[in-house]
Amino acid sequence: MELQTWTWILVGITFTLYIGIAIWSRAGSTKEFYVAGGGVSPLANGLATAADWMSAASFISMAGLISFNGYDGSVFLMGWTGGYVLLALLLAPYLRKFGKFTVPDFIGDRYYSNTARSVAVLCALLVSFTYVAGQMRGVGLVFSRFLEVDINTGVIIGMVIVLFYAVLGGMKGITYTQVAQYCVLIFAFMVPAIFISIQMTGNVIPQFGFGGVDEQGVYLLDKLDNLHRELGFSEYTSGSKSKLDVFFITAALMVGTAGLPHVIVRFFTVKKVSDARKSAGWALLFIAILYTTAPAIAVFARTNMIETVNNKEYAKMPEWYFKWEETGLITFDDKNNDGKIQYLGDAVKNELTIDKDIMVLANPEIAGLPNWVIALVAAGGLAAALSTAAGLLLVISSSVSHDLIKKMIKPDISDKGELIAARLSAVVGVCIAGYFGINPPDFVAATVALAFGLAAASFFPAIIMGIFSKKMNKQGAIAGMSVGMLLMLFYMVKFKFDCFGGGTKEDWWFGISPEGFGTVAMIANFVISIAVSKFTPNPPQEIVEIVENIRIPSGVGKAQNH
Amino acid sequence: MENNDHKAYWKTNLKYLAILLSIWFLVSFVFGILLVDELNTIRMGGFKLGFWFAQQGSIYVFVILIYIYIRLMNRLDKKYNLND
Repeated sequence: MELQTWTWILVGITFTLYIGIAIWSRAGSTKEFYVAGGGVSPLANGLATAADWMSAASFISMAGLISFNGYDGSVFLMGWTGGYVLLALLLAPYLRKFGKFTVPDFIGDRYYSNTARSVAVLCALLVSFTYVAGQMRGVGLVFSRFLEVDINTGVIIGMVIVLFYAVLGGMKGITYTQVAQYCVLIFAFMVPAIFISIQMTGNVIPQFGFGGVDEQGVYLLDKLDNLHRELGFSEYTSGSKSKLDVFFITAALMVGTAGLPHVIVRFFTVKKVSDARKSAGWALLFIAILYTTAPAIAVFARTNMIETVNNKEYAKMPEWYFKWEETGLITFDDKNNDGKIQYLGDAVKNELTIDKDIMVLANPEIAGLPNWVIALVAAGGLAAALSTAAGLLLVISSSVSHDLIKKMIKPDISDKGELIAARLSAVVGVCIAGYFGINPPDFVAATVALAFGLAAASFFPAIIMGIFSKKMNKQGAIAGMSVGMLLMLFYMVKFKFDCFGGGTKEDWWFGISPEGFGTVAMIANFVISIAVSKFTPNPPQEIVEIVENIRIPSGVGKAQNH
Repeated sequence: MENNDHKAYWKTNLKYLAILLSIWFLVSFVFGILLVDELNTIRMGGFKLGFWFAQQGSIYVFVILIYIYIRLMNRLDKKYNLND
C-alpha cells in the first residue's frame, strides 16, 4: 500500500480513538476539569505524565539533535530525565499533600500573598505559551510532510482535535487521551528503532545495539568516530561544548523540568501522597524507554545518513531524499560541480545542509523500512505534539479561570461559572497557540530554552523553599522570583535578540550560554530569597502549620498514634 | 509525643534525600560531565564509559533511585503509622 494511504489510515484511527475517549470522559465539575477528580491511578498518571512531558521536541527533534551534536546532545538526555528525580523526591509528594489545583495556588497560599500568586500566574502563562506554540508547529510539520497538506491546514486540524478533547474533558479527558497517546508514540518510536538495530547490528535491543558491531566486526561508535574525523567533524563521542557550559545547561534543564507547571500539576490528580511518588516512578520509567532509545537512533541515523549521501552521485539519491528536498529541509549546493554530494565539517567545502528535525521522521525511510512503519512514525509524532499541547492548554486555562478569576477577581463565582470560564479560556488558548503555529515567530526555538530557564529561575526555588524552609516568607519569595525571572529574561533578550547592547559568545558571563543561564538565575533566586527573608518578619504561625502539615503524608493518622 | 514522631520522620526523610541526591549528582554531573574524559579511557564493549554514563547509565540510575525512594518512604510511612 502507498505511504500516503497508510498514513491517513493510522492517523485516522488514532484521532478517532482520542475523540472517543474525550466523549467518554467529559468533565462535570471544576475538580474534574482541573485535576480529573483527583482519582487517577498511579499507573495511568505515570503514562499520562510521560505523554504530557514528551513533546514534539522529544519525539521529533531530540534524536536529531543528538545525531548532529554527539556527546553534547547528552545535556537533553540527562537534563530531561534527571529532573524527574528532583520532582519525585523534592516536589511531587508534598504538593500532592497540599492538595490544591494549580502551581500558583501553592505559591499564593504558602506565601500568603496575591502578589506572589500573580507573579506565579505570569510565569505559568509565559512558560506555557512559549511551549505550546512549538507543539502546534510540530503538528503542522508532520501533516505537511506525510499527508502533503498545507502546513497551516495541518495546524488547524491539530487545533480542532485538541480543542475538542481539552475543552470537553478538561484534565479528565486529557489524562485518558494521554494514556492512549503514550502507547501510540512509544510504539511508533520503538518499532523503527528495533528494526534498524537488527538491520545494523543484529541486536534486537537498540540500547545495546548501538554499542555493538557492524557486519565487518567494527564497533559502531568507533566507526562513527572515524567517519567524523575523516569528514572533519568533531568526534561523535567527545563533542565540542565546554564542560562548564554542559554542566550548567544540564542543571538548568533538570531544574526547569521539575519546575514546569504542566508537569507538576499532573501529580495533583492522584488519590494520595504515596500514589504521587509511585506515579513519578512510573512516569520516569516510561520516559526512560524513549530517552535511552533516542541516542541509539541518533547513532544509527547518523551512520546511515553519512554512508547514504557522502561522495555519492546526486542523481542517484533515493526517493526520500528528493521528498525532503521539496520541503526545503535538505539542500544541496554542488560547489565543485562534480555531481557528487560532499558532506564535510568544513563549512566552506560542505555541500549538503540537513535540518536536524528530519532525522527521526526520515530515519525509517533512510533505512528502507516498510511504509506502515513510516506512517506509524507520523502518527507517533502527532500523538507527542497533541498530548503536550493539551497539557499546556490546561495550565493556561486553569491559570486564567482558577488563579485569576476565582482567586483574585471574582471569588464568589459558582462552580458552574468557573467551569464555563475554564472552557472559554481553553478555547482562547488554542486559538492563540494556533496563531503562533501558523505564523511562527522567529523566537520559538530560542524561547523553549527560555521556558526552561524561567521555570528553573522562578518556580523551582520558590516551591522548594516553601516546603523545606519554615522561615521563608512572602517578601523573600517574591523578591527571589522577580529577580530570577527578570535576570533570566534580561540575559536571554541580550544574547538571543541582541537588545541591551547584545553580545556574542565571547561576552557570555562566565562562558555560560543563555540555555545554561537558568542555573545562574536559579542560584540568584535562592540567594536573594534567603537574604531578604533574614531581614523581614517570619511567616505567620498558620503558614508554619501548613508547612508542617505538607511534610507528613497523612493528616488522618495523627490522632491514632499513641 | 506525636510531634516528636513527625520530627523523626522528617529527619529520616531528609537523610534519604541527601543520600539519593548525592548518587543522582554523582552519576550525571560527575560521571557524565566532570570526569567524562577520564572515564572515556575505560571501555565497556563498544561504549566509552563516560559517554555511556552521559547517554545511558545515568538514566537507568535515575529510574532505580526513584524506585528505591518509593520503597524507603513506604516503609517509613508504615513505621510511623503515617500511611494515608
